[in-house]
Amino acid sequence: MNKKMLSLPYLFWCVAFIIIPLIMVFYYGLTDKTGAFTLENIAAIATPEHSKALWFSLLLSLISTVICLLLAYPLAMILSKMQVNQHSFIVLIFILPMWMNFLLRTIAWQTLLEKSGVINTLLDFLHLPALEIINTPYAIVLGMVYNFLPFMVLPIYNSLTKIDNNVINAARDLGADSFKTFTRIILPLSLPGVISGITMVFVPALTTFVISTLLGGSKILLIGNVIEQEFTVTNNWHLGSGLSIVLMIFIIVNMVLSLVFDKEGEGNAL
Amino acid sequence: MRNFARRIYIALIIIFLYAPIGTLMVLSFNASKSRAKWGGFTFKWYAELFQNDAILQALWNTLAIALLSSLIATLIGTVACIALQNMKKRNRAIVLGITNIPMLNAEIVTGISLMLLFIVLGIQFGFFTILLAHITFNIPYVILSVMPRMKQLNPSTYEAALDLGASPLQAFFKVTFPDLLPGILSGFLMAFTMSLDDFIITHFTKGPGIDTLSTKIYTEVKKGIKPEMYALSTLIFVTVLILLLLVNKTPKEKKN
Repeated sequence: MNKKMLSLPYLFWCVAFIIIPLIMVFYYGLTDKTGAFTLENIAAIATPEHSKALWFSLLLSLISTVICLLLAYPLAMILSKMQVNQHSFIVLIFILPMWMNFLLRTIAWQTLLEKSGVINTLLDFLHLPALEIINTPYAIVLGMVYNFLPFMVLPIYNSLTKIDNNVINAARDLGADSFKTFTRIILPLSLPGVISGITMVFVPALTTFVISTLLGGSKILLIGNVIEQEFTVTNNWHLGSGLSIVLMIFIIVNMVLSLVFDKEGEGNAL
Repeated sequence: MRNFARRIYIALIIIFLYAPIGTLMVLSFNASKSRAKWGGFTFKWYAELFQNDAILQALWNTLAIALLSSLIATLIGTVACIALQNMKKRNRAIVLGITNIPMLNAEIVTGISLMLLFIVLGIQFGFFTILLAHITFNIPYVILSVMPRMKQLNPSTYEAALDLGASPLQAFFKVTFPDLLPGILSGFLMAFTMSLDDFIITHFTKGPGIDTLSTKIYTEVKKGIKPEMYALSTLIFVTVLILLLLVNKTPKEKKN
């Protein structure tokens, strides 16, 4: 009896601060200012301005996710082969940057990327062509990769370290070369980590409004910027909620995919 | 050769991750107010930082919210884990599914959903609303790090303690709790870090009169960031770095 009571505080918290707020988003998204039911706020995604922002967000976040995966997988493989007692140290290297404010770290990229910034001074010194990507979509992708790379590395690293060395040795004994061992053994076993990494990079990249504001200049609007402005500038909560519902469809698809591939939550980063 | 290539690759990634941090540290000693040019070395911003009440107030808010929210989240999360352990499998799966929502959902959606809740309930936006929001997104981190420990627990030790005459509370604190402690601590640290670094959810749940470091930086972006901010973040980063090095060093010395 007593033990059942223990779950009450948390259940209350879940209902009050997770479920009811989400219902609120749906309520506002599906009603107009008079409180009448409408699908207008959802259909608003089809207007040229909104659909352009959504497609652009999808494009940039997909590119960033792919780049993160390509950078993170080899890195996680190298790290997983290092000594075991360095485990916490490795995790630390990727968590540590979070102790410097993420807005400041992103702003620092402005200084690094500017026309006469650090990187271009360096390139000029090496007689290489200048990199003029600040205030372009390229800078936004760089900011996304920079901010979310740890969320790709850690789950993949975790799933790689869990692979039993005997399995790999057995494959080798049975005559598989290193390429075959990788495609048939290591890659499938690390898939939960990869899926979890993809979710953890794609969702924040798709929905960000901060990185595009800081590195993309003010001209480039992502879907996150549009929603943010509906809430803080225009104060049209109904439209903002409607667009959020559209955004959530992509998030839910992502969640379902991650559940299907990662049934036991093995790939969880933390 | 292969080893060399590996080291180069790791080094490049680390440079990529830490280049902005290095930049901010250099900027904190830059006598020129502009980010773009170097005006000579100075400690001026460090001195002015301690005169800047607005930044110090934001720092205080940030630390207070991070500490309170992670403590409360640790308490609620740990109790939830104990309760979850005793639940039927299906109910547990449902509750854990709900727990994952704030982690998998977009921060902007979590932020606006809480904002709408506070508006409808008529709670005044300020310290308290930020705190509630932070507790909400911190709890999953605690549960995620305590739950695996909980699963590894051997229930017989707890029962043995009861058999030997301990009260349930005694048995919990003397037997179960020490086993859970590493998970609880790492959950707390994770929650604290997340709360400290959060901007998006705070942005939507804060009132006009209150700022954390993140929201203060965001409002300063258009006017130009005050160099004192670079000095403060350098101080925070170096403090954490030193603390972590000390913590990591102690157990190794024991081994030797």
